[in-house]
Amino acid sequence: MTATTNRQGPGPLVPPAKPSLLYRPEFRQAVYQILLVVGLVAGFWAIAHNVSENLARQNIASGFGFWNRTSGFDISQSLITYNNQSTYGQAFWAGLFNTLLVAALGVVFATLLGFIIGIGRLSSNWLIARLCGAYVETLRNLPLLLQLFFWYFAVLKNLPGPRQSIVLPAGATLNVRGLYIPAPVPEQGFNAVLIAFAMGIVASIGVYMWARRRQLATGERFPVLWTTLALILLLPGAVYIALGQPLGWEYPVLRGFNFQGGIPIQPELMALVVGLSTYTASFIAEIVRAGIAGVPRGQREAANALGLSSGLTMRLVVIPQALRIIIPPLTSQYLNLAKNSSLAVAIGYPDFVSVFTGTVLNQTGQAVEVILLTMLVFLTISLITSAFMNWFNKHIALVER
Amino acid sequence: MEKGNFMKRATKLFATAAAVALGTAGMASAQTLDKVKKQGTLSCGVNVGLAGFSAPDDKGNWTGLDVDYCRAIAAAVLGDATKVRFVPTTAKERFTALQSGEIDVLNRNTTWTLGRDSSLGLSFVGTNYYDGQGLMVKKSLGVKSATELGGATVCVQTGTTTELNLADYFRLNKLEYKPVVFEKADEILQAYQAGRCDVYTTDASGLYAQRLQMQQPDEHIVLPEIISKEPLGPSVRQGDSQWFTIVRWVHFALLNAEEAGITKANVDQMTNSTNPDIRRILGKEGEFGKGIGLSADWAYQAIKQVGNYGEIFEKNVGSGSRINIARGQNSLWTKGGLQYAPPIR
Repeated sequence: MTATTNRQGPGPLVPPAKPSLLYRPEFRQAVYQILLVVGLVAGFWAIAHNVSENLARQNIASGFGFWNRTSGFDISQSLITYNNQSTYGQAFWAGLFNTLLVAALGVVFATLLGFIIGIGRLSSNWLIARLCGAYVETLRNLPLLLQLFFWYFAVLKNLPGPRQSIVLPAGATLNVRGLYIPAPVPEQGFNAVLIAFAMGIVASIGVYMWARRRQLATGERFPVLWTTLALILLLPGAVYIALGQPLGWEYPVLRGFNFQGGIPIQPELMALVVGLSTYTASFIAEIVRAGIAGVPRGQREAANALGLSSGLTMRLVVIPQALRIIIPPLTSQYLNLAKNSSLAVAIGYPDFVSVFTGTVLNQTGQAVEVILLTMLVFLTISLITSAFMNWFNKHIALVER
Repeated sequence: MEKGNFMKRATKLFATAAAVALGTAGMASAQTLDKVKKQGTLSCGVNVGLAGFSAPDDKGNWTGLDVDYCRAIAAAVLGDATKVRFVPTTAKERFTALQSGEIDVLNRNTTWTLGRDSSLGLSFVGTNYYDGQGLMVKKSLGVKSATELGGATVCVQTGTTTELNLADYFRLNKLEYKPVVFEKADEILQAYQAGRCDVYTTDASGLYAQRLQMQQPDEHIVLPEIISKEPLGPSVRQGDSQWFTIVRWVHFALLNAEEAGITKANVDQMTNSTNPDIRRILGKEGEFGKGIGLSADWAYQAIKQVGNYGEIFEKNVGSGSRINIARGQNSLWTKGGLQYAPPIR
């Protein structure tokens, strides 16, 4: 039944009769969408209702009431104040911060190492290129869990005990219980050094901007690097000495069973950071290599023709273009690294999964709630990382003129 | 026309989906006994590996005290001690495995506490091993008592009562310590031997069993302090009182058998005994098997195929094993221990 049928026969044009409400596409679309939403909501409600009903009938505790209850267990490393009188909620945060710490350290080290290896693989030096190639092929082809076990059980566990510790320079100590480094203790007047340091950084940025403008205007170059280094290091250094070195050090000392004082770095944390960053670096290296190789050869030749040195060609021409290829897959690697950090549980590092999805789940017995929160946490971490990397990608994207 | 059809189909589909989602609500309380009989096997949750309680031997057969309890239940229910499907579980997985119905009974050196009895939807049926938490250290440390452990690093397993007792003990005694938490017992063993921790803590029976796995067992001592009560026993899902009664009375039957002197070897002669206690245990008098939904010879089968409590104990953790733990608290009440079973009558 279409409108054309109304035009049959002689006579004045009759406006097409309005189709009934049921046959109007907008109405139907709206109905379907509403039905879909209602269906989805009802579906989720049914699942949630079913779960809570089943839990109640099996007499399994449910709800988030455990959040404020005393946890009663200890965590070996915590960035926030936590002890066995704290609540399960605080245990959640302690675990979460431990995971974020590993992820942040891992991302930094993996990126640095990955870029070095990736560029190294393109080196014209046969030995360097092959060594980097061997690194990539070995590390990315071995299971990560195996590598973590290697670092933890095979390397770190073979260090000597506390009483036979390896003494490192500058008062640091290494043994099977971890790495202990001296902790700085600021004394009176140390704030002045910090202020000088901050001023040095601000001044460096000023110098950099001025030098850039001058170069654009006159073509003359200014030794920015050396000036910056002098401002950032020498200025606070001079203040430090002038004030009579107002910084003490607390050295780790063997007392009883363990070293006390200083900053202890757990072997679990070291193994996890080393394992995660060396593993992820092998993937990043390949991404970097692909990114650089993806820059057309003509770009280099053009840069050479302009008389740029090979270092400058890399820094000013190749890397900025390569970054556009590198960033999106790099994001995936960062996300992988954050998620892989949950393997920590195998080597005793108190990460989020170990503390919350392990101990808390077990002591409360509330699997549904704990797993839900865990998924929510990893989703949030991943989405935030993605959002940042997308912003960064947009920032460095090719601006067409 | 077509759209109308689609609508109908969609409605139907949704209705079915909702029915499935809601319908499962009625399923979980199905009778465990019927399920076990229908399947012909008992799914039994055991430890992934703890010598004496449940560990595969060099031929791959499961052995241990908890394992024998699984076999005894299978013998009583199905008449065949070999009809067991062993499901190895870690401390972390065990309760979920029972709650979800993956296993019918959990026999995994699990401590009976009020918290677990009340909020995990499971019920402990009894205590098949009275244990307590101990602390093990290297002899070379020269430590003689737990009170000297201030500042020590302690290796412990996640998701256990051990983890909580440890925190309580050190707090009450105003001692500092650093926990290192692992998921599996063999990871702890490795870390402890490498010197990552000064102390390894778990149930005393576990410490003795684990010490045997070490390179130099003689260089480690278990400190005299027992810092907690750890009654270990089987547990079942709540809401199935028939199954609860069966598992509980299999345990009691094994104890009563020992008390009455019925052993694996003499059980056939004992069926001719005139002692009414023995006749009732072995199903010659009374209708106790029928009362709990089993055959009359349920206890006979368990004793014949697995042995009484004392035999199970000595074979797996006692004098017949390498662990060689004294009966102690686990002796029958008649011999000064805590093992006591209500009478079968």
